[in-house]
Amino acid sequence: MTVAQPITTPMLAVEDIGKSFRGLRAVNAVSFHVPRGDIVALIGPNGAGKTTTFNLIAGALPPSEGRILLDGHDITGLGQARICRAGIGRTFQIVKPFAGLTVEENVMVGALRHDDGDVEKARAGANEILRLLELGDKASHPAQSLTLPDRKRLEVARALATRPKLLLLDEVMAGLRPVECDRMVAILTALNQETGLTILLIEHVMRAVMALSDHVVVLHHGEKIAEGTPAEVTRHPKVLECYLGEEHE
Amino acid sequence: MSIATLLSDRRAVLLLGLLAVLVVAPLGAGDYLLSILITILLQAYLGMAWNVMMGFAGQFSLGHALYVGLGAYAGGALFVHFGTPPLIGAIAGMVISAAAGAVIGALGFRFKVMGVYFALLTIAFAEFTRILFDHWGWVNASSGLFLPVSNRVTNDVWMLRGSATMFYYVILGMAVLAFAFSRSLLRRRIGYYWQAIREDQDAADALGIDVFRLKMIAVIVSASMTSLGGLFIAFYNNNLYPESIFSMHRSIELMLGTIIGGIGTLFGPILGAAVLTVLGEGLTVAGNAIGIDGIKQIAYGICLLAILILKPGGLWPWLRHRLGLDGGGR
Repeated sequence: MTVAQPITTPMLAVEDIGKSFRGLRAVNAVSFHVPRGDIVALIGPNGAGKTTTFNLIAGALPPSEGRILLDGHDITGLGQARICRAGIGRTFQIVKPFAGLTVEENVMVGALRHDDGDVEKARAGANEILRLLELGDKASHPAQSLTLPDRKRLEVARALATRPKLLLLDEVMAGLRPVECDRMVAILTALNQETGLTILLIEHVMRAVMALSDHVVVLHHGEKIAEGTPAEVTRHPKVLECYLGEEHE
Repeated sequence: MSIATLLSDRRAVLLLGLLAVLVVAPLGAGDYLLSILITILLQAYLGMAWNVMMGFAGQFSLGHALYVGLGAYAGGALFVHFGTPPLIGAIAGMVISAAAGAVIGALGFRFKVMGVYFALLTIAFAEFTRILFDHWGWVNASSGLFLPVSNRVTNDVWMLRGSATMFYYVILGMAVLAFAFSRSLLRRRIGYYWQAIREDQDAADALGIDVFRLKMIAVIVSASMTSLGGLFIAFYNNNLYPESIFSMHRSIELMLGTIIGGIGTLFGPILGAAVLTVLGEGLTVAGNAIGIDGIKQIAYGICLLAILILKPGGLWPWLRHRLGLDGGGR
């Protein structure tokens, strides 16, 4: 009998990453894995370092220390554009639509990296993704005319158009009404199950976190204080403490 | 595209109609009208060149007179000293302008000099190039370079020596090519990438776009196109002075038509050039009739302000909407 069962490399491995801003430690020795095909949530109170961690992974900021591996390849400090080309698609917490372009054109920009920049193929691909995100009927609208929930969906559509292996979602549920939030959860679940897309998300909306994630990582003051299944994490004393304060008797 | 589908597109019909009028225009136009048409087409051409960088890619250059001057002096000086045909001079001018644009772009984009600060950098280069040419003996320094005007009876397109009508058709051809080129750029991947960078550079970067490289291409393409306009000015005017060809005034004049017509649109630079030139000429006539010095400049300024306040996006997006030509085209 051979022992040829290699441990599958995780889609994303974050190893001891840290980031200081002029002495202020925003992220300190954070490590976690995102297994292939899973949905992992990154939660924590305001100022916990979630978005900074995201920016380190997506390459918007270079980490001060540590390593980041995508599918086994070191992508530490490559910069946003090259990390996107390596297979990470991201959304921005504060949405950044290309306001002067139409909804369709916004998504086409993401899709044009494929098929040798064939514009018509990119258009077709963009419309497919827009239908998936229920924006199909708004394809020809200017992006600046969209409402916030639609802009959030556009962020996801544009990131998806780059055909990422790993999708980073930064608070895409924030500002959505419960019904809209449930629609987004359904769309993301379908994407994950049908295409095997791996997702790492930052989220404050706990009903979305509970419904979506296989695994939750909790940050507080730039450090990882707990991780586990959603049920485990919500019972974890340290997590309760940082969200609700210490219990005094 | 078949003839039938072409005719079903109202924009294409109007554009071809305009082109037809412009092609036959010299038959009925006198010298004065022809000179105005040449001015309009030249401004439209330069505006379209500037538009590639500012309108498409969102990079603000306030020093495009640099490329006009380099193109004019490259073609002019080679012609004066060696009798080099303008077509060869044009290539030299484009290479030199592209190199100058690449240097400015590399400095600005690499060191993240953006927006107005980038614009200041472009002014600085135009200004010190002007001073350099003011003291450079080979191009006759500040005394100016004059192109020999030997023969105006026959047209020699190869040497760009001939009548106003010949110059008219040359600049008409250049404007048509610039329009077709701009249109084709906008419809390709590069056009979408430029517009993405213009709208939000950070988001463009996050979508895997090589922002630095694309901005460099924009400045190089725009600089090369602009230098061809400079070459035309050299051969049409037959005289070149550093203080006028490299002037700040020219840089501003060059972008004014596009701002009035609609930055980032395809037809805006053409419409803007026509409006500004006709406005300028009309006010000159009116000002002379009234006989008050400087009234023209004041009226011109008021008209520009009025247009910018009433139609901040430019005249073309508004007119296009009024004419029912919206949809797809820019």
